[in-house]
Amino acid sequence: MTDLQESPAPLAAVPQPARPRRRPGTSLTRSTVKHLILIAVSLVMIYPLLWLLVSSFRPTDVIFRTPGLWINDLVIQNYTGGWTALAQPFGHYIVNSAIVVVGAVAGNLFACSLAAYAFARCRFRFKTLWFAIMLITVMVPIHVVLVPQYILFNNLGWVNTFVPLILPKFLATDSFFIFLMVQFIRGIPRELDEAARIDGCGHGRIFLRVMIPLMGPALATTAIFTFIWTWSDFFTPLIYLTDPNAYTVPVALKQFLDATSGSNWGAMFAMSIVTLVPLFLVFLFGQRFLVKGIATTGGK
Amino acid sequence: MSAISELSALRSGGGRPRTPEEKAALRRENNRDNKAAYLFLAPWFLGLIVITIGPLLASLYLSFTRYSLLQPPEWIGVQNYLDMLGDSRLHHSLQVTLTYVVVGVPLQLAFALAVAVVLDRGMRGLPLYRSVFYLPSMLGGSVAIALLWRQMFGTDGLVNQVLGWVGIQSTTGWVSDPSYALWTIILLHVWTFGSPMVIFLAGLRQIPVMYHEAAAVDGATRWTRFRRITLPLLSPIIFFNLVLQLINAFQSFTQAFVVSGGTGGPADSTMFYSLYLYQKGFGQFQMGYAAAMAWLLVLIVGVLTAVNFLLSRFWVFYDD
Repeated sequence: MTDLQESPAPLAAVPQPARPRRRPGTSLTRSTVKHLILIAVSLVMIYPLLWLLVSSFRPTDVIFRTPGLWINDLVIQNYTGGWTALAQPFGHYIVNSAIVVVGAVAGNLFACSLAAYAFARCRFRFKTLWFAIMLITVMVPIHVVLVPQYILFNNLGWVNTFVPLILPKFLATDSFFIFLMVQFIRGIPRELDEAARIDGCGHGRIFLRVMIPLMGPALATTAIFTFIWTWSDFFTPLIYLTDPNAYTVPVALKQFLDATSGSNWGAMFAMSIVTLVPLFLVFLFGQRFLVKGIATTGGK
Repeated sequence: MSAISELSALRSGGGRPRTPEEKAALRRENNRDNKAAYLFLAPWFLGLIVITIGPLLASLYLSFTRYSLLQPPEWIGVQNYLDMLGDSRLHHSLQVTLTYVVVGVPLQLAFALAVAVVLDRGMRGLPLYRSVFYLPSMLGGSVAIALLWRQMFGTDGLVNQVLGWVGIQSTTGWVSDPSYALWTIILLHVWTFGSPMVIFLAGLRQIPVMYHEAAAVDGATRWTRFRRITLPLLSPIIFFNLVLQLINAFQSFTQAFVVSGGTGGPADSTMFYSLYLYQKGFGQFQMGYAAAMAWLLVLIVGVLTAVNFLLSRFWVFYDD
């Protein structure tokens, strides 16, 4: 496991005469300048998002005249109008997306944790080979499997259903998460499963009773990333869902461009905010796991 | 240490003679491990065959055929590949994608690294800054943000309004002008520097403070310490980010699709490779041609990744 905590400084309490003393003035100036720059960069980064939020409460013609963040006349017509602007009320697409997201999260948690346990804890023939293949599949561009996959799912009659979006997750095709969980399991002391084994547990029981409870952070990271990526995924639904009734949120949102030839920006912005809110909430409450998970896989 | 870990150490290389009972126990356990492992891996194996390797081979076959989904595939040899040689739109899309990758990826990583270095450990407000910088990369892949970008860089968009605010009158439609449209998407990519930044931050935490302190005692400036300590020790993580971002950037699709309204325009200036592939395969249903294009993509990404690994020998430093 990558240690995200501050590395303990054993000498911190002891005075360190050898350390060159900075003049406090320079240090203060430097720190102030640094914060000013960081605040400026933060504002530039975040400004479009704030502006999007504020603009979603403005009439469309005002959106195109007002770069600022103040609101003179708050309107909610964008939300009420936008909600019903498409063939189905927007809630319909949210439900579609929710089904896909729940399925994808469940699939990834189930299949990736199983595979990760095998790679991290079992000895079996050709393990190194399979592990290498697993790592390589992280890098295979989806386009190269896309056409045959489409033909396959098309022949099975699964186009315009959510199966092509969910089933692959139950088959552990997001190898990135397998790798993430393998890394995590390697950090769990082996003594724990050995103790369970001596008590007569097989791999199944060790996995369920010992590993799964300990894997909380890795499972949370997987769930959160899967949520964010599936919720935003545009490419797969674009290909498999051609019936507007089956659209997920990103494809539905894109319809605002076609339907209104880009004129109803107020409604589009309002529904954009609606689609961003779940992402934002998940980010807000899951950030800890995201940071930890991404650091685990990114480290040495 | 427990009995089992000793047993495993023994198994891996120990030359101690084993009694028949020990051997039998070992075999039994190996057998059990083997069976369990393949059970645990069953979904993954199924996925590997049905979702990955099968389609991989099928698309290789399809790339030598003409196939429109309606009639069975018709074998045409290397015709698709020959057509690709003469397809100037394809060459253009490669050029667009390469520009995006070669400019966007290093720029984003440089930005991520710079901000990560400035965000010292233990500085005031660090969690807040980190969240603010990280948030865009969590939202950046969504259609909503791409739509926002389309508005922002339009003729009456936010960018021109802000420019007007500070006294610059601009009527450039950044997304509708072929010379700028691609750059707005590159900018969107740089805007999402948060996720490599978080990886860099974690890497920076692993560099012992004493290295910097010792160098500072010897009179090294901040810049020298960054070049001589931070960069070498961080190089494996820079490499990791580079490889992954490169592979991802080659496949980017959503932003270009939404910003250009699905056309890759204006004047093909945002015709990303994957967008062109999508148009060929799912717009014109030239599945064989799309499969051939996909294999070219695999080839390009594969070669670049291999080159990346070869070059890494010269600049990536492993501190083991």
